[in-house]
Amino acid sequence: MATSTPTRDAYAPPPPKKPASARRQTWRSRLWRFDDKASPYAYIAPFFLVFGAFGLYPLIYTGWIALHRVEMTGLDQMEWVGWDNFDRILHDSEFWTAVSNTFLIGVMSTVPQLLVALGLAHLLNYKLRASTFWRTVILTPYATSVASAALVFALVFRADGGLLNWALEFVGLGDTNWANGHWTSKIAISVIVIWRWTGYNTLIYLAAMQAVPSDLYEAASLDGASRWQQFLKVTIPSLRPTILFTIVISTIGSMQLFGEPLLLEGGTLGAIGGNENQYETLSIYLYNYGWNLGHLGPAAAVAWAMLALLLIIAAVNWLIGRFVRKSAV
Amino acid sequence: MRITRTVAGRSRRVAVLATTGLTATALLLTGCSSDSDSSDDTSSDANGKITLTVADFGQFGYKEAGLFAKYHELHPNITVKEDTTADEKVYYPKLLQQLNSGSGLADVQGLEVGRIKELVDTKADQFADLSKVIDVNEWVSWKEKQATTKDGKVIGAGTDIGPMSLCYNTELFKKAGLPTDRKEVAAKIAGGWEDYLALGEEYKKKAPAGTYFMDSASAMYNAVVSSNAKQYYDESGEAIYKDSPSVKQGWDLAAEAADKKLTQGLAQFSDPWKAALRKSTMATVACPAWMAGQISVNAGDANKGKWDITTAPGATAANWGGSFLGVPKAGKHVKEAGELVKWLTAPEQQAAVFKAIGSFPSNKGAYDLPDVKTAKLEYFNNAPIGELYADEAKSIPETVLGPKDGIIKDTISTQINNMEQRGTKPDDAWNAATNAIDKAIG
Repeated sequence: MATSTPTRDAYAPPPPKKPASARRQTWRSRLWRFDDKASPYAYIAPFFLVFGAFGLYPLIYTGWIALHRVEMTGLDQMEWVGWDNFDRILHDSEFWTAVSNTFLIGVMSTVPQLLVALGLAHLLNYKLRASTFWRTVILTPYATSVASAALVFALVFRADGGLLNWALEFVGLGDTNWANGHWTSKIAISVIVIWRWTGYNTLIYLAAMQAVPSDLYEAASLDGASRWQQFLKVTIPSLRPTILFTIVISTIGSMQLFGEPLLLEGGTLGAIGGNENQYETLSIYLYNYGWNLGHLGPAAAVAWAMLALLLIIAAVNWLIGRFVRKSAV
Repeated sequence: MRITRTVAGRSRRVAVLATTGLTATALLLTGCSSDSDSSDDTSSDANGKITLTVADFGQFGYKEAGLFAKYHELHPNITVKEDTTADEKVYYPKLLQQLNSGSGLADVQGLEVGRIKELVDTKADQFADLSKVIDVNEWVSWKEKQATTKDGKVIGAGTDIGPMSLCYNTELFKKAGLPTDRKEVAAKIAGGWEDYLALGEEYKKKAPAGTYFMDSASAMYNAVVSSNAKQYYDESGEAIYKDSPSVKQGWDLAAEAADKKLTQGLAQFSDPWKAALRKSTMATVACPAWMAGQISVNAGDANKGKWDITTAPGATAANWGGSFLGVPKAGKHVKEAGELVKWLTAPEQQAAVFKAIGSFPSNKGAYDLPDVKTAKLEYFNNAPIGELYADEAKSIPETVLGPKDGIIKDTISTQINNMEQRGTKPDDAWNAATNAIDKAIG
């Protein structure tokens, strides 16, 4: 197109502008490339910034405190003591009581809770009238705050005029001082935990169950498998990763158990986990050390010990998971 | 540029959200009541009207005596709001946190005697010096010394003190065949706490079913220890509780009471303890003056007139408890708060509190006021408490305080509770107590 060429020349931008335009083009493309490469980082940055400020920094600072002598009455005075605080808690029999209590209450609440959740999810997976209603109802306890749940259950488990003792006395089973006993107090706390978290786990299981392809069940029923056999041979194996997930979540949850034991009796006794520390969990131990006794160094050391314990439990979980996977193949 | 700005904006938002969330969680965890945090309440508005906040614990009795309303009448531009925490063991850690962060403090804070030494030692610079506002000579001499630093700064004005007496349930005494008259009861226990235990055994023989002679052995322990100048620390600040004669005497008596099953074994101020008062299942309570208020509130109107008050066993002068009012410097109205403290702890007001709930004045000026001198507690069968306490108050020994008095007392009480409730052997209980206390002190 020879005719159009001069016209184009005539309208061409003045020479000095040309390099600028070129520059802008490269600038723009460079920006575009930068955008392409950098924006993903920018998009995920908020999490890491928040995590850095509210997760990592406190974690490291807690570690720093754990190596110092710091008192609640003088936060600005820190005195380097090295590993003394760790030494101190590891040689404290109360620490080991708290470890075993945490472990026992963890098992006593997690195992029944997950089994019941599995059963409930299986039931909810049937075609039901008003299924949304039942699913909502089952999640209600989870929506209740720990404090109110624990306070209500504290009334239920009260030794003197508690609801449960009243009922037990009615059928002639005498009365029990629930918070006072070594096992009864753990049972009481486990009941609160089970009540609160079963619905939550049920819904997770239910979601996983609904993702199981229905032809698996059809094939199974064609083969003459009963409902129970279908549950055992189809549902459970398909749910294995979900079950592992709920176990991990529940383990972390029971490690951090705090509100339920604190409020079971409340007051001074709650803060030391009962008069013989019979239901003192690690979180309560930490709280008592830091806030009642005012020694923040050992309290920080407990926090790090809890992290170490969680990592150990996670490693054991992982090993078991690998073993289960291998043996399943 | 655009990208970074959006991200920064978002991260700020997220950070704000996260901070709010964390703060909310922290508040929930620490059981904070946020009344004292709302800064709008404490700042003055255009008319110069201000709201002073008073944070305290247990029962200070100002509301019962109508003092805050009266102060508002006298100073129409000032409204006083009270934020009460039931349990001092919950109140104190919160106070320390607030002092550390310098926020959330009320204009006036109640300070318990078991904590005053620690506060004087470590936090004195955060409290306004009240020595210029109040006249320290008005108080019984030892009271204000407790809140005074080495360089003469006074961080708290004394509210009440706790001269010791014995509260007893006349109805239960009658049923068990014991005398109910104040003087006769006093005569039976005149020899000291051993007599008191002997009276307990006499009570037990004919006691109405389901009732006990005393509420808790730990209360008796505290009453015994309180009559001594040296308790848990010596003058040099060394913790001597392991060898302290008063601790040993109290502990042995408590172990004896637990062994003879004279006590219901209830931790004082706990819900079961309150329920036991309501149901009248315990015949006696070791009764520092402020305890009368606790009994009348928890036992309720149904038990009015059933209780009476007499002198403590052995009639040794003892002081158990008592508090102070301090003014944190971080408050917005330090000057006005100082004035309020001066007024609340003046003789007339202390007398009014005494009349309302029986907390005994620490201000000597109050002792000659008719409200104190001839005071009778209607709830307690018109017991002449003014007569009972005024003489005792003057002969109370000056006690040596230590920074961890409160925690030591609580820990020993818990272990005494284990002896009476769970049958823990005295030696095991003592070991458990010393372990826990060493942890607290160290």
